[in-house]
Amino acid sequence: MAEQLYQRDVYGEALVKLGSLDKNIVVLDADLSSSTRTNLFAKQFPDRFFNFGVAEQNMMATAAGLASCGKTVFLSTFAVFAAGRAWDQVRVSISYNNFNVKIVATHAGITVGPDGASHQALEDIALMRVLPNMNIIVPSDGPQTEEAIMAAANKPGPFYIRLGRSKVPTIEHKGEFKFGQAQLLTEGNDVTIVACGTMVAQALVAVKNLAAKGITARLINMHTIRPIDREIILKSARETKLIVACEEHNIFGGLASSIDEVVAENFPVKVIRVGVRNRFGQSGEPEELLKEYNLSSLDIEKAVLSNIS
Amino acid sequence: MANKQLTIEELALQARQIRRLIIQMLACAGSGHPGGSLSAADLITALYFNVLRFNPDDPHWPDRDRFHMSKGHACPLWYAVLAQSGYFPKEKLLTLRKLGSILQGHPVCCTPGVESASGSLGQGLSIALGMSLAAKVDKKDYRVYVLLGDGEVQEGNIWEAAMACAHFSCSNICAILDFNGCQIDGRCEDIMGLEPLAAKWQAFGWHVIQINGHDMQQILAAYDQAKTIKNKPSIIIARTVKGKGVSFMEGVVGFHGRAPTQEEARKALEELA
Repeated sequence: MAEQLYQRDVYGEALVKLGSLDKNIVVLDADLSSSTRTNLFAKQFPDRFFNFGVAEQNMMATAAGLASCGKTVFLSTFAVFAAGRAWDQVRVSISYNNFNVKIVATHAGITVGPDGASHQALEDIALMRVLPNMNIIVPSDGPQTEEAIMAAANKPGPFYIRLGRSKVPTIEHKGEFKFGQAQLLTEGNDVTIVACGTMVAQALVAVKNLAAKGITARLINMHTIRPIDREIILKSARETKLIVACEEHNIFGGLASSIDEVVAENFPVKVIRVGVRNRFGQSGEPEELLKEYNLSSLDIEKAVLSNIS
Repeated sequence: MANKQLTIEELALQARQIRRLIIQMLACAGSGHPGGSLSAADLITALYFNVLRFNPDDPHWPDRDRFHMSKGHACPLWYAVLAQSGYFPKEKLLTLRKLGSILQGHPVCCTPGVESASGSLGQGLSIALGMSLAAKVDKKDYRVYVLLGDGEVQEGNIWEAAMACAHFSCSNICAILDFNGCQIDGRCEDIMGLEPLAAKWQAFGWHVIQINGHDMQQILAAYDQAKTIKNKPSIIIARTVKGKGVSFMEGVVGFHGRAPTQEEARKALEELA
């Protein structure tokens, strides 16, 4: 049984590490610090932590003001509020200014579970991806969350880092994390499966099941959505002729769209989208929801089987 | 670096010169916002020439006082003041709103002296709050000034920020509200009533100073008073006249977002001679 971690626990601990290393780091939250785990930083560095109450727009633009004075700002709230509620503040005050603000959004995707559709961000990657200067990382598990946080801390400019609510299994043998460079998890030439975030674990199960049926699937962990790793996409498009994109996000504007844009301009191949198909979410347990919205490992397997030539 | 102190008469002359530059820039650009640039001209001239601590040769000097123009559409005023303060040559002013210019239609932080972009209303008080909190973290004594429009305070983000500035006891913040009473669609009171404006800010925990925003003595006294206020932010609610200084623009809603024609500009410059 693989290790299971909350990405947000890892995030909170990474912030504490960063806080000791760099006095220039400040952390902001909007009344969700116990959920996003920025409370770990708040406890250790109360003078560098600011809670804005239920006011995400103010938090976002205030982050820009802090960054204009040379601070490295990490801020957190749920993904629906970070990307949706405060989008114009992200656009004009952070992205346009190219300020050093790291938006770490938790509780993204359908696996938020019982809180239901209002709290399940299925549009956030799309909203952030259209903003110039914005860098986007969707880490696949606990350890990769720390790698993503450290990468963002070390690279100037705005970041959107997307974390889930539930525990996720740690993916073994991913190799070194390099921002902007996807990780090849399994070799294969029949089909390429590209996944991000919590869907990497689902995809790994699908790859094993497909192998038992004699199909070798190449699995790519696309942890960086922006800038997207064009090279690995085009290489896989040429070598496998079929791509299946898996994301806990609407099929519009996220990982699949990022892949579509690269192949459409350079080497058009079929890209099958395993994502939420133009619906809002609903209450339920994460496992139930993955099945209901056709995001389970079985759905990935089916997508491959029905499209492979 | 403290800036040279002008007399009241010198400040009035400087403000008149800045109004002339605003008209020239807008007439050359053919578009832009004269009304709100002219209404705040005395407030911002006094701020830059007698109050604000800055060094145009070192725009990123860490100890500088911060100024942010939240009502970004009044940037012709800001650009004229920055040029007159030595941030860039005056000739640049005539590139306003032209392709490739450092003087964009709304502020952007590539312009020397501009700290942050604005243009989408309601975000600037939060920007000021961030600058204030950075001073707190870094134990610096700089002050933060931010210009708000009256129509702008209809934005919800302003009141989120107002609450937070008081909550964090940001006594280094001095907001300036250019209360000219007009917005694009008409008089503020007809479009979305603001009164009782002073009581609102007081209720949010602010020290409120009410002045005539065209009286240099009152303006300087207000900036001085704000510096003495401890443990809470200050706001100067300045009664102003939209289009102030040009007779046919004064109080005329239509000049919120329309540049003067060449003929109108000629008349305006005559009045401001």
